Amino acid sequence: MEHSPIFVASSQRKKKSFIILGIMILLIIIAFIISMNSGHMKLGPMTVLKTLFGYGTKQQSTILFEFRLPRIVISMLVGAGLAVSGCILQGISRNALADPGILGINAGAGLMVMLYISFFTTATIGSIFLVPVLALIGAGATAALIYTLAYKKNEGISPIRLILTGIAVAAGISSVMIVLTLRLNPDKYQMVATWLAGSIWGANWSYVLSLLPWIVILIPLAMYKAKIMNVLSLGDQTATGLGAPIEKERIILLAIAVGLSGASVAVSGGIGFVGLIGPHLAKRIVGPKHQFLIPTSALVGSLLMLVSDTVGRVILQPSEIPTGIVVAVLGAPYFLYLLAKSKS
Amino acid sequence: MAAIQESNNMITTSPVKLRTRPITATLILIGGLAALLLSMAVSVSFGAAKIPLSLVWEAIFQFNPNITEHNIIQELRLPRVIGGAMIGASFAVAGAIMQGMTRNPMADSGLLGINAGSGFVIALCFAFFPGLSFSMLIIYSFIGAAMGAIIVFGVGSLAVGGLTPIRLVLAGAAVSALLIALSQGIALYFRIGLDLAYFYAGGVAGTKWSQLKIMLPWVVGALITAMILSRSISLLSLGEDIAAGLGQRTKLVKFVGIVVVLILAGSAVSVVGSVGFIGLIIPHLTRYLVGVDYKWIIPCSAILGSLLVVLADLCARMINPPYETPIGALIAIIGVPFFLYLARKERREL
Repeated sequence: MEHSPIFVASSQRKKKSFIILGIMILLIIIAFIISMNSGHMKLGPMTVLKTLFGYGTKQQSTILFEFRLPRIVISMLVGAGLAVSGCILQGISRNALADPGILGINAGAGLMVMLYISFFTTATIGSIFLVPVLALIGAGATAALIYTLAYKKNEGISPIRLILTGIAVAAGISSVMIVLTLRLNPDKYQMVATWLAGSIWGANWSYVLSLLPWIVILIPLAMYKAKIMNVLSLGDQTATGLGAPIEKERIILLAIAVGLSGASVAVSGGIGFVGLIGPHLAKRIVGPKHQFLIPTSALVGSLLMLVSDTVGRVILQPSEIPTGIVVAVLGAPYFLYLLAKSKS
Repeated sequence: MAAIQESNNMITTSPVKLRTRPITATLILIGGLAALLLSMAVSVSFGAAKIPLSLVWEAIFQFNPNITEHNIIQELRLPRVIGGAMIGASFAVAGAIMQGMTRNPMADSGLLGINAGSGFVIALCFAFFPGLSFSMLIIYSFIGAAMGAIIVFGVGSLAVGGLTPIRLVLAGAAVSALLIALSQGIALYFRIGLDLAYFYAGGVAGTKWSQLKIMLPWVVGALITAMILSRSISLLSLGEDIAAGLGQRTKLVKFVGIVVVLILAGSAVSVVGSVGFIGLIIPHLTRYLVGVDYKWIIPCSAILGSLLVVLADLCARMINPPYETPIGALIAIIGVPFFLYLARKERREL
């Protein structure tokens, strides 16, 4: 496979890709520092550095370690998780429109959150811990349902069937949500709408700890599968011809995608757009080879989420704009610009 | 890249002769039309006040303004039922054209930015001009739909190499995401989300003759154009290279196709909001039934789409009278199991 003529990357290309990865990491570090500085309490770059190494005042370190840092880390993890999940899904379904949404993950998580808010909660305090758990259950259950419905005994899962089933199940769930919406009172509706628009609302270290293992294990696993994904994206016939056990690999990759996006959506709400746009941006930067596409997607997703979350936090102080909205407002025009500039 | 691979794949796998079923298609056209007329009649006679079919007949052909039932039928039920049928046909045909042109099974009229554009302008209206009348809202909604489509079309064709299907799809997804995010932001900031939800859940209930009069000529014209275009769309659905190789002026066809979709989906969205699922499932269903020739897919989609919306609207009124269940939810409840069944059976790509 390494020597297949399609994928022989010249050493120049490889070098270029590494340089791009380096630049992306640099940008993330810059965004990270700016994000640490900005907020309701302004801290200068030097103060941030001092505080990071333990020389700040008590107040400064509380702001940094208890409020800003967990949130920044979560948004980066979520961005990476969703973008890689989208990258995998676009690769195996060979459909440019695929994102974690087609697995019904956003819809399933949204429905659980909506059910919980509309029937049980009166206070908002307890829900901060329960909502991500419920969202993860909803996301997992929906993905399992879609998988079961799309599975056929002798043929396994075909990408087209998976997409169509996903669309149908998501449509069914959102219609249930329409009916539920009309029963909500305005305050509860506002809560649900904010969640659906996507916001990093419960930011503390326990969330970071619950999200981290998924990302740290699954993204390297996806990168390990990069060669298989290169082959799969050539189409089923070619892939089979090249000797890839497509059905088995597809199931593994799907499971990775579900794990990544389910865990991400649980803490971030309905931010599907990162999963759609991240891989496309990455593809325009480093090309279609998954060895580079997956890490670049992860970095692009992290950067986009980090910048968006910072902007959403700062721009309308003291209130916040849901991150999902900022992601679309920042990401879509840039994506359109790239699209208009690109050659067919 | 993906597009190129896909089209290569299509060339090798697409059968030499298009698989069509003209007889099934004719049966659907005739049977579907009969079922549509019947369900429209039933829909007119059912409701909060039950009106026998004979009275319905009288109300239409011997209208007497002094009889209450005649007024109910003429002013409330008839426009609603006709509007429902028109909307169903519009969404379904728009979806069929989009799927044929972009060769993407996930495509529907929403991809042109129509639904998102309309939703964005409606959100603006609710936020800044809260007292606007329904008929004004519809005009603004159409303006929004056109705006969304122009942005998508413009960005898609700006690029070197022109408007390829993959580019149209991506531009549509990005513009839609942007406009939806902006509407969400407005809705959250002005706290008008619930009002918007009520507005969209209303379905075809508020349809007036005046709206239908504006819509009808456009929709009929667009449907006829779609029929004329059907042959070209069949060719385009084989892949752009093949269509061009067979001597088709693909740019012209795509442009006209997009204008048709804009008119159909734009006017439908302005009346019921985005019930996008119709445009997605009906073309799939039709393709499953009648084969891959758009000469049959387009008229059959129109009939089946009308039937679905009229039936859904009827159910919406019967489930929990005098309250109405949101029509979008009902369409999903009727459509989803069916679509799942199709997804299991269907093996072709497009």
